[in-house]
Amino acid sequence: MSEKAVTEEKRVFMTGNEVVAWAALAAGADIMYGYPITPQNEVMHYWTRLAPKYDKKFLQTEDELSAGFATAGGVMAGRKAFTATAGSGSVLMQEPMAMAEMMRLPTVAVLQQRGGPSTATVIYSQQEVTLTTIGGNGEGMRVVYSTAGHQELYDYTIKAFNTAWKYRFPTFVLGDGYQAKMREPLTIYDPETRGISLLEPEPFVGKEGEPGKDRPPAQYRNTFNLEEELYEKVMSDIREFEKVAPEIAEYESMETEGAELVVIAHGIVFRAVREAVANLRQQRFRVGGFRPVTLRPLPVTQIKELVAGAPKILLVESSYGQMARLLKEVACGSATEISTFFKPGVGITAGEVEARVKEIIKS
Amino acid sequence: MQPAPVMPKTWRVDTKPHKFCPGCGHGLILKCLGEAIDDLEIQSRVVYGCDIGCSLLSWDLFNLDTVQAHHGRTTPVMTGIKRARPELICIAYMGDGGGYSIGVQHLVSSAMRNEKITVIVANNTQYAMTGGQMAPTTLPGQKTETSPFGRDPGTTGMPFRGAEMISSIVQEGAYVARGSIANLRQLTGYLKKALKNQIEGKGFSFVEALSSCPTNWRTDAARTWEFIEKDMAGYFKVGEIKIPGRGEVTADA
Ligand SMILES: Cc1ncc(C[n+]2csc(CCOP(=O)(O)OP(=O)(O)O)c2C)c(N)n1
Ligand code: SF4
Ligand SMILES: [Mg+2]
Repeated sequence: MSEKAVTEEKRVFMTGNEVVAWAALAAGADIMYGYPITPQNEVMHYWTRLAPKYDKKFLQTEDELSAGFATAGGVMAGRKAFTATAGSGSVLMQEPMAMAEMMRLPTVAVLQQRGGPSTATVIYSQQEVTLTTIGGNGEGMRVVYSTAGHQELYDYTIKAFNTAWKYRFPTFVLGDGYQAKMREPLTIYDPETRGISLLEPEPFVGKEGEPGKDRPPAQYRNTFNLEEELYEKVMSDIREFEKVAPEIAEYESMETEGAELVVIAHGIVFRAVREAVANLRQQRFRVGGFRPVTLRPLPVTQIKELVAGAPKILLVESSYGQMARLLKEVACGSATEISTFFKPGVGITAGEVEARVKEIIKS
Repeated sequence: MQPAPVMPKTWRVDTKPHKFCPGCGHGLILKCLGEAIDDLEIQSRVVYGCDIGCSLLSWDLFNLDTVQAHHGRTTPVMTGIKRARPELICIAYMGDGGGYSIGVQHLVSSAMRNEKITVIVANNTQYAMTGGQMAPTTLPGQKTETSPFGRDPGTTGMPFRGAEMISSIVQEGAYVARGSIANLRQLTGYLKKALKNQIEGKGFSFVEALSSCPTNWRTDAARTWEFIEKDMAGYFKVGEIKIPGRGEVTADA
């Protein structure tokens, strides 16, 4: 056994990419597969430096298609495997993740969103929401955690491995370039000392015994002959996903009770919302904030309650409505007045949110 | 007043100085390319494609119609243009990561189909734009951000000899060579021959150019040249590898 990477609780000051590498170690990840892309590179850089010390492995693949499929291979071999990418790499990641959905593979992918479409910027965006939640040619049977800072990057990267291995749906940690590159204080810890037990991975292939003699052969397929066969398969996954969705879904809310307007945002943009809501409350505006932590599955019950209770909703994001589309589907049929503040590929400040809220309330 | 630096006619003056780091090989290769285009007097017929990688910095370098494509996909974009408008002269310029890693399937397939395009790969033994990670061309023992203890051929294989690979799969009519920024006259000659091959419709043409990246290599001028002329040229032999009508030529020729 290799020694544990994180044993005692420690305050540290790190970039988000470094946090992800440490979290993956703390989660007991065995192997990373990756291809360079900014702003994710340093996840690999830290991992390649840390890996040999803790008996972990790394493979740099020829592209993200390969990184994603190799990650699928890693989990099928019974190892906690993960990858990290961004932007146009997330696009290529869709093909392997579609296979992971089909085969119910517990892959973990950390995405540090950058500007799009195509190469765009290496800096920041929230434009990979549609891709990550419902990309691929399937029904989006995936779990997506959208983090809002370094402590969460640590917590949810660890959680992603457990969620993936418990429910067997491809799991994503959706960060962004700001979180990737920024330095912030956080506490790193050994999850087991906090009562979080780490699930043990199990092999899909290469199991004990002789296939056909000691055990049935493990055979996974990716194609179906008949429409009905596929329908059965897909519907059974959907039913399972819908059953566990309320267990998986997470959210954060502030001052939504009796609010006249609730601002909804996800990821790092919610930090601007937190500040804006606090400022507006001081100015006696009855404003609240809500944040889906899981973008897939969404915290549907809470969103429905919210739109039923609040007369006005403001949706804020660094994309042209990718989160909004998901939320509007849930809110469909409600009488709430929905306003938006979209800045695709650009950061959003508390001041901007405050100004937009005042504009809506006064109109 | 300082005399204006000599630039190829096809270079845009208003976008100079170019955006590459001091000591970068890209600028030298593209100067040779500019001179080759000048000599052949084909400026009005060329479509230039650059990849994502430091080559992307050349998107406004020339007075040429230019496409800055997606990472690794410049070859199929240029193939698409050439197939639709065969009278155009299509040049795909990319790094070793773009050409030999993520885009290698396109390079292989276009060479196999004998596409009448010219592909140029700048080999600087790593992914420069993203901060210096290992590439297929990284030399054994060479330290990069993803091979921090030196490239280990036991787990990552040996460096990729792209020009030799291409020459072994192309058919008669193709032109394949490897030049170096250590010999600019020779490199310009190879680029000219490659373009002529395309113009004459003989076949696929391919030039790899050994290039420098002092920024990520973290080398001074002396060590930069030594790395290109000794380390790189020792493994990646400079010379023409395939010439139409002459079959396979031994490197060093
Ligand atoms: C699909 C995709 N994956 C990754 C990247 C990130 N990326 C940008 S440039 C580059 C590598 C560049 O290396 P190379 O092609 O050798 O060119 P150089 O910068 O060394 O000249 C990578 C991996 C990207 N833009 N798109
Ligand atoms: S990083 Fe390297 S390849 Fe890129 S422009 Fe600078 S010297 Fe050239
Ligand atoms: Mg390169």
